Amino acid sequence: MLRFLTRRTVAAAVTLVIIAAVTFFLFFAMPSDPARLACGKVCPPETLAQARHNLGLDQPIFVQFLEWLAGVFVGRDYEGLGHCSAPCLGYSFVNRAPVFNTIIDRLPVTISLTIGSSVIYLIFGVGTGVIAALNQGKALDKIASVASLIGSSMQIYFVGTLAMYFLVFQWQLIERPRYVPFTENPLEWAYGLLLPWLVLAMISTANYTRMTRSTMVEQLSEDYVRTARAKGMSGRTVITRFALRGTLSPIATIFGVDLAVLIGGAIITETTFSLQGVGRLSIQSVVNSDLPMLMATVLLAAAAIVVFNIIVDALYAVIDPRVRLS
Amino acid sequence: MTPITPFLSVQDLHVSFQTEDGIVKAVDGLSFDVEKGTTLGIVGESGSGKSVTNLAILGLHDPERTDIGGQVRLEGQELLGADRTTMERLRGNRIAMIFQDPLTALSPFHTVGRQIGEVYRKHKGASKREARERAIEMLERVGIPNAKVRVDEYPHMFSGGMRQRVMIAMALVCDPDLLIADEPTTALDVTVQAQILDLLKDLQQQTGTAIILITHDLGVVAQTAHNVLVMYAGRAVERGTMREVLGSPRHPYTWGLLSSVPRLGTSVDVPLRPVRGTPPSLINPPPGCPFHPRCDYPELAGPELCRTQRPEISPDAGHGDACYLTLRQKTDLRTVAHAAQTTQTTQTAQTAQTTHIKDRA
Repeated sequence: MLRFLTRRTVAAAVTLVIIAAVTFFLFFAMPSDPARLACGKVCPPETLAQARHNLGLDQPIFVQFLEWLAGVFVGRDYEGLGHCSAPCLGYSFVNRAPVFNTIIDRLPVTISLTIGSSVIYLIFGVGTGVIAALNQGKALDKIASVASLIGSSMQIYFVGTLAMYFLVFQWQLIERPRYVPFTENPLEWAYGLLLPWLVLAMISTANYTRMTRSTMVEQLSEDYVRTARAKGMSGRTVITRFALRGTLSPIATIFGVDLAVLIGGAIITETTFSLQGVGRLSIQSVVNSDLPMLMATVLLAAAAIVVFNIIVDALYAVIDPRVRLS
Repeated sequence: MTPITPFLSVQDLHVSFQTEDGIVKAVDGLSFDVEKGTTLGIVGESGSGKSVTNLAILGLHDPERTDIGGQVRLEGQELLGADRTTMERLRGNRIAMIFQDPLTALSPFHTVGRQIGEVYRKHKGASKREARERAIEMLERVGIPNAKVRVDEYPHMFSGGMRQRVMIAMALVCDPDLLIADEPTTALDVTVQAQILDLLKDLQQQTGTAIILITHDLGVVAQTAHNVLVMYAGRAVERGTMREVLGSPRHPYTWGLLSSVPRLGTSVDVPLRPVRGTPPSLINPPPGCPFHPRCDYPELAGPELCRTQRPEISPDAGHGDACYLTLRQKTDLRTVAHAAQTTQTTQTAQTAQTTHIKDRA
């Protein structure tokens, strides 16, 4: 286990540095000039040069990257802004606010969105899938499969916009979504995010239903499930202890990936419901040519995927004793 | 009803499945008895209804897709149509089953100790600790060395033969009265096969369990069974003691099975004679005797008899078969066939020996 973790952590760090480098150099391939944006509408050459120097853009790209990288590990000194201690992600080009603080500020919104919706789609998706599998070929199964087909064909910007229009503005059944910190008021927190949760969960629910159903159907015809019945185990025990056990691995796989992607930012959902999460931050950073912010959001998304992959791989070994970590 | 109730009595069992192509009559009017302490070998090709019969005894078919008729009585108690709780109490407790492939039949997610123990807990109300003790005891009984350690291991850590031993331990943990072994040695090495069969025999002698042994391997039957039932297309075609059926087989299908098996002492040059043709469709079985399209002698019993009317196996106990040939015809045919085969064997054996000597020189 320790060897597995060490190996994977080193690999993860290398992956992240590579992603950082690629993102950094790609940024300069963009046709926009952050110095020009910072300089303003009327921009004399000397002001532009000053802006370029302030943002550190007057140095070779390679040096800039190394400085950025050094900042992450050991901190960095900025002219006029003082020392930024490790992990230093720099200061936003747009408002000169520390990037790290902005991310920490926005992350709770994204995490809340992720946790709420994933709880919903996990429960409903897996639940519906199991029920469909147990009623294979019957009306319930068919309803579930049609519903999940419709669900997975939907798009958040479509359903979300409809929900906002009708539920919020037209019929006023629910208030406009907003973020209240959980620590401040858990009830308000849940109420404010309910609509985004449901919309975001809808599509995933459909995917989980279909996957759970097909795996469960497979499991139910496994020899060892038949053995369990031949041993006199009750119907419920056979399903929960034996058949469901075999569906855990595939569920854990896609759940890990989904969770990671959501932590990286539910861009469309956040935009549709005007929530200030990491997703919107990443889009804004691209639009504003805000290199430090862009680097931070890309790295957050990449780190989420890398970390969750390690967790899922470790989970396999817990779920299935045949799997060995190496 | 006979004055003495047989231990397990299957009467006129019918099992059919609804499929997209039509109704499959997997078992079509099968009757047999099994007594305590004896082993009944059920022999037949794939798809002859062996396994289906035994799943029906345990009530393991999906009730929505299966039609089951007839009687299955365990010491007079009717099992077909018994409610779920009754069947759950019976399975693993009074009737246990061993499956063909011990790798897939054991759960990969649980230790063998837990899989054995949970049967004991369920049926005997034992505590976790007692169940574990019992699991270790059972593993020792089936000859697994170092049982105290291995009880906490998972099935994938065992070899094929050891896994089948685990399966047997699991089946016998509640001292069942009836053990159904569905091809228990098919997935195993030949050397391990013999060990497993010996183990089953020993355990039967200790506990007096009745065993139904499903197999397509006549060698296995010869080694273990007291009585034999030969099945073809969902029906019994021959029934008798092991010596009767293997020693003086009466049904042409049984002859076919016997002559398609290689024997020690037969030269490798003697061609095996498989039963020609393929098993019949169970959706549209051939009219008359279901075996007639593959039989070598459908004319002997009369010009049309075998093609139009289905022979029934005699309902009395003892050696019986479902064939229109007279006993005399059967004896003659078998003697002729046997003689031909023996002559051929001797001749080829001599040739083979000569060749062998030449090769060595």
